[in-house]
Amino acid sequence: MTQTKPVGGLEGEYEHYEAIVVGCGPGGAAAAARLAAHDIETLVLERGTEAGSKNVSGGLIYAEESAPYTIEDLFPNFRAAAAERPVTDYQIHNIAGNKVKTVDLTDLHEHDTEWCDAVLRRHMDSWLESRVHELTSETGGGVLTDVRVNGLLRENGQIVGVTCDELDPITADFIVAADGVNSELARDAGLMDWAAPEEWFQGVKAVVEMDPQEINDRFGLEPDEGIAHLFSGDLFEDVRGGGFLYTNEDTLSIGTVFHLDSLVAEQAEPHELLDALLTHPLMSQWIGDDYHELEYGAKLVPDSKKVAHREPYRDRLVLVGDAGGQMQAQGPIIKGMNHAVTAGALAADAYMLTRGNADPEAPGRRYTTMLEQSGTMAKLRPRRYELTSPVGEHGLVTRVTEGVLDSPVGSLAIGNPLAKRLLPKAYNSPFLVGMLPDTQTGYTTLPAIIAEQHGRTVHWENEVEPPSLEERIGDLTYNTDVGNPHIRVLDNSEAASGAAVYACPVSAEDFGGGCYRSETVTTNGSEETLVSLDTQPCVECGTCAIVADTEWEHPRGGKGVEFRQG
Amino acid sequence: MRSIALTKGVPDFSDGAVSFDEDGHLERGKTPTVMNPNDHFALEAALQTRVRHGGHVSGMSMGPPSYSSVLEEAMEAVYSDDSYLISDRALAASDTWATAITLSAAIEKYQEEVADVDLVFAGFKTADGETGHTGPQTAWCLEWPIVTHVIALDIDPEEEQLRAKRLVEGDVDEIETVEAPLPCVVITDPEFEPTYRKAAHRLEHKRLRAETQERAVDHDDHLTTWGHADLNLDPDYIGLDGSPTIVSSVDPIPKAPSEREATMIDPTDEDGLEQVLEECQPFAAGD
Repeated sequence: MTQTKPVGGLEGEYEHYEAIVVGCGPGGAAAAARLAAHDIETLVLERGTEAGSKNVSGGLIYAEESAPYTIEDLFPNFRAAAAERPVTDYQIHNIAGNKVKTVDLTDLHEHDTEWCDAVLRRHMDSWLESRVHELTSETGGGVLTDVRVNGLLRENGQIVGVTCDELDPITADFIVAADGVNSELARDAGLMDWAAPEEWFQGVKAVVEMDPQEINDRFGLEPDEGIAHLFSGDLFEDVRGGGFLYTNEDTLSIGTVFHLDSLVAEQAEPHELLDALLTHPLMSQWIGDDYHELEYGAKLVPDSKKVAHREPYRDRLVLVGDAGGQMQAQGPIIKGMNHAVTAGALAADAYMLTRGNADPEAPGRRYTTMLEQSGTMAKLRPRRYELTSPVGEHGLVTRVTEGVLDSPVGSLAIGNPLAKRLLPKAYNSPFLVGMLPDTQTGYTTLPAIIAEQHGRTVHWENEVEPPSLEERIGDLTYNTDVGNPHIRVLDNSEAASGAAVYACPVSAEDFGGGCYRSETVTTNGSEETLVSLDTQPCVECGTCAIVADTEWEHPRGGKGVEFRQG
Repeated sequence: MRSIALTKGVPDFSDGAVSFDEDGHLERGKTPTVMNPNDHFALEAALQTRVRHGGHVSGMSMGPPSYSSVLEEAMEAVYSDDSYLISDRALAASDTWATAITLSAAIEKYQEEVADVDLVFAGFKTADGETGHTGPQTAWCLEWPIVTHVIALDIDPEEEQLRAKRLVEGDVDEIETVEAPLPCVVITDPEFEPTYRKAAHRLEHKRLRAETQERAVDHDDHLTTWGHADLNLDPDYIGLDGSPTIVSSVDPIPKAPSEREATMIDPTDEDGLEQVLEECQPFAAGD
């Protein structure tokens, strides 16, 4: 802190930093590193007890050839020090019952890809935190953990700083909200809401222990190689989404990602969908025996096609990464962290370029322009998708297409030998993948038919017994803020909040030890089903903020769940 | 602000570390020595002062040469800029009175030779003696004011004053706010919590914590040892001769004999568990 700058109109004096970055994930770290490179006094506030302890991701970070910044540019030695295995092979498995058709997606994966590594967030983000602290300390700032920023400080209606649970309010000339998918700052600024389930995905993941040599043997890899397997088809009934398996140094990341609206509509239990993948015969070749799950985690993912904010700023606040909806999920392409890195670095550059400009929105406007000009926004919100989705996602079109595909004629078309040759080509076309509407057709029907027509039957026995939800919760580390729950149910009727009982990844219809439960209450002779909440097992994914009527905040700094793998 | 934090080595009473003989007497030789747990809070208060107002913190202890490990623990686990160990055979077997005389002489020597001291911090009683005498008696010897049971502390360096919140336990627990001039002896309560509401303070705290851990690796380079000759005290006032307290005997309190017969049941023993349920049945029904 160089000086304490009084803010007129507000009582007292506030601490002042030139820049405040909220959140020390890849987006926040990139922003802070660039700000520090410009010699701008930067304070980074992270609510976890260590960066990464609040983060879960599927686990691939890309370096795109077309991107202005990659994480290795900003943090030399990142790949060697903080990442797991590189992805050298990329496959999708279309599944119909026990029939599987595998398509090699390496071409698609390698399109515009300089490199791509699997990562575990605790290890990765904590490494970034220590680098960021070194860099920002040079500017008179640094990284503080265990601090939760709970809102924006305003003066005459203008954003001028942040308020925290643990610290007195702090003013800043530039504020970067990199506080993740459940960004409290983006919501406070009125830039994002928690309204529509169709704008979100929910992912759940198991990190599974495995000896490095075993990984090499079972996946046919050299020590410096890794593989990404994707899964789609009728494995998950009619729930729209898919599964993945990535190889780490000495663990596997196995998970499933679904459209939240589809989870709600099908009343699906996320942990059961994950179990469906873990216990599929196809998996037995990799995790057949001695299954040891280290960690179960969950995360909400914004669908950038729908929510990537076109003008992610207000006053001197800019949104970066998940906080700005910058998570690209299109068919088998899932890219989030790389865009957060680009956005964070561009936001910092935008501030530098407009430094001294009296208009507090100058950096935000410049940042918006830079997101456009760098092609980042076009990746997040592809024009092709915008043109096709109104038709493709229209219910009637879906029903008609589904009907045709299900008919003998439709199946025959997909099943003919020409289609078989074209299939890998179609899958590997970034252009076609960009057009894929998010309907059941793309996720379930088509892959199932492909498997039915072209697939081979898998006869392996899968002996994996995934842990129960109770065991999974029991294995997680919590620092519970006793007597201070961070979520409140505003309407506990089944109609308003009942969806949380199954959609919450740590709750289940038949399980009393989760966050949400249904209870039948008899009052004056009439029976009523009510929803009750215990936030202790919460993994802070944010699902219930969307599917239930709640008042949702993050726990105080250092409190709540602490992921060890992430 | 210049502070001295007093600390003492005590037997490690934690499970697995502590060793008792057949009669229930502590086996001192078989039990490792650690920093008195209550001193942690005194050091935290000294660190808070260092973070907020800058300055210097010296750890100080009286005991055998091996107590340098206690001062090292203080430096590593919380904070100190350097360490002072008062160690001499002539000081052996001192009671709390002789200890307070020796420590106050050491603090006076420190003031003459090193720098003026604003604050002396001490923890609320040691885990072995449990007297709570040494801190207050040291203040008496120094003729300084003393504030005890401190749970929160604010210093006004310009006014050379401190304001402290004290936890006063009685029929009703009360929190009393008091002011005292510097220099002053501050005895922290185990409920003491440092507060850092400014980002700049937290950053400074983080920097100092990293620094002190690095320094503790070469602790002996930062250690000054003073003996009886350095303090130039009258032999009649120190060690065994200067200790009016006589501990005539130590009687372990025997464990209350179990009055009821206990049946052990293995958690995997299904028949046994069924039996437990049967036994519990009448109570569950509210009978």
